[in-house]
Amino acid sequence: MWWLSIWNGTEQVPGLRQIASTLYELSTNGVLLRHTVASLFRVTAGFYLAVALAVPLGLFLGRHARINRLVNPFVQFLRPISPLAWVPFAMLWFGIGDRPAFFIIFIAAFFPLLISSTTASASIHPIYFQVAANLHLTKWERIHRLVLPAGMPGIILALRVSLGISWMVVVAAEMIAVKSGLGYLIIDGRNALRLDFVIVAMLTIGIIGLLLDLCMTRLEKMEAVRWRLEHK
Amino acid sequence: MNTSKIKVDQVTVEYTKSNGSKWLSFGNHRKRKDGECRVVLHDINLRIEAGEFVSILGHSGCGKSTLLKIIAGFFKPAAGEVRIDGRKVDGPRPDHVFVFQEGALFPWLTIGENVAMALRSVADSKERLQQSREYLALVALEGVENDYPHMLSGGMRQRAEIARAMAARPDILFMDEPFSGLDHLTRLHLREEMLYLHIMLPRTTILFVTHDIDEALQLSNRLIILSEPPARVKCCRTIDVPHPRNPASDDLGELRAQIYHHLGVHTAL
Repeated sequence: MWWLSIWNGTEQVPGLRQIASTLYELSTNGVLLRHTVASLFRVTAGFYLAVALAVPLGLFLGRHARINRLVNPFVQFLRPISPLAWVPFAMLWFGIGDRPAFFIIFIAAFFPLLISSTTASASIHPIYFQVAANLHLTKWERIHRLVLPAGMPGIILALRVSLGISWMVVVAAEMIAVKSGLGYLIIDGRNALRLDFVIVAMLTIGIIGLLLDLCMTRLEKMEAVRWRLEHK
Repeated sequence: MNTSKIKVDQVTVEYTKSNGSKWLSFGNHRKRKDGECRVVLHDINLRIEAGEFVSILGHSGCGKSTLLKIIAGFFKPAAGEVRIDGRKVDGPRPDHVFVFQEGALFPWLTIGENVAMALRSVADSKERLQQSREYLALVALEGVENDYPHMLSGGMRQRAEIARAMAARPDILFMDEPFSGLDHLTRLHLREEMLYLHIMLPRTTILFVTHDIDEALQLSNRLIILSEPPARVKCCRTIDVPHPRNPASDDLGELRAQIYHHLGVHTAL
């Protein structure tokens, strides 16, 4: 009976019954929560760091085509290198612990954010800058009344995509350098041949990813960016 | 002879075709030796007095908008110069306000905030809001200050844009086919409002680019017709018929026939 093997599991895959009981056990004894918080903390730190650097830099590059032409080859050169290829350097530079994980998440989120914010600010219709020149907006007003709001829809989309990437990468980063987090739970489960641990961790990763994305879609519906949907 | 409000002296504009692709750069400053060159405006000379309402007519693509943007300071001509009140134009200025053909309200700001952008010299935010409401009322827009531009019809957006321009208290108002995207009835309404605004603010000089001959006939006290490119001033006509004008009257009818003739239309009458 196929449903019986789903329930009881096979050699390769643990059954639903066991997964449910492990899920219950790991949630009630706080292990799952601790690992999830650890992963979320790393993602948050690395992601914020990337946002803080990539978005202003991208908006700047988008408005300065000549500098962008100089910088862009470097960006395009670094971009396709998988964040995981940085693992050896991350460990060499930052040792063991949270910091190499921050660094790897930072790398993962940085390039998509940089490229999208560059595009977002480069594609602002020139007419708005003519209006700004006409109304004599100061440099600061030009940034926070024009470039930032006009680029915001593109930036938010980039945040959504790169947060997803960060969440994907944190698990991989945690398989290497740290002793906590959902990635560590998976590796630990593999080493202990506890595939139910692995599956519980995977389920949690998926659910958190879904929740993060839901948060980001809410951001897209904010008043400040709604104009983009209706604007021709 | 330097008393004219706006003095356009031998302005010439060339587009330069670089790399065999697009018409790229503007004026002389980036002209390339290998680039093909096309003269758009050739030797344009104009004198415009303070408070005039001048319409510029011409075939599409003849450089009407370009001329307007040069006078407003957005572009530099390849040759010649523009002087306003005796001072050479070297860039856009807050008292020379341009109303664009395409909607140029900031879509991320409400209508009220858009108008308030021109009122940034008013320090008090309540006072600023109050004033932006007054300017919106001037163009018959009320109760929309909290709406975003995309919530409004094209005609209302264009009205808001005029309100923003008026809020900047312009000395000169440049209007680049401001009503061309609107339906006929809305255009007629906005035409009336323009007339009303010009009567209310007689010191504001208005330069109005249009291809609607009736619009030009009804609004302006002078018409300037540009020839086909390389465009020169083909003819100037002063209209001293008092407002409100009936475009079907004999005086204007004859003038209209002349304008059509100058624009090379002989049968559409």
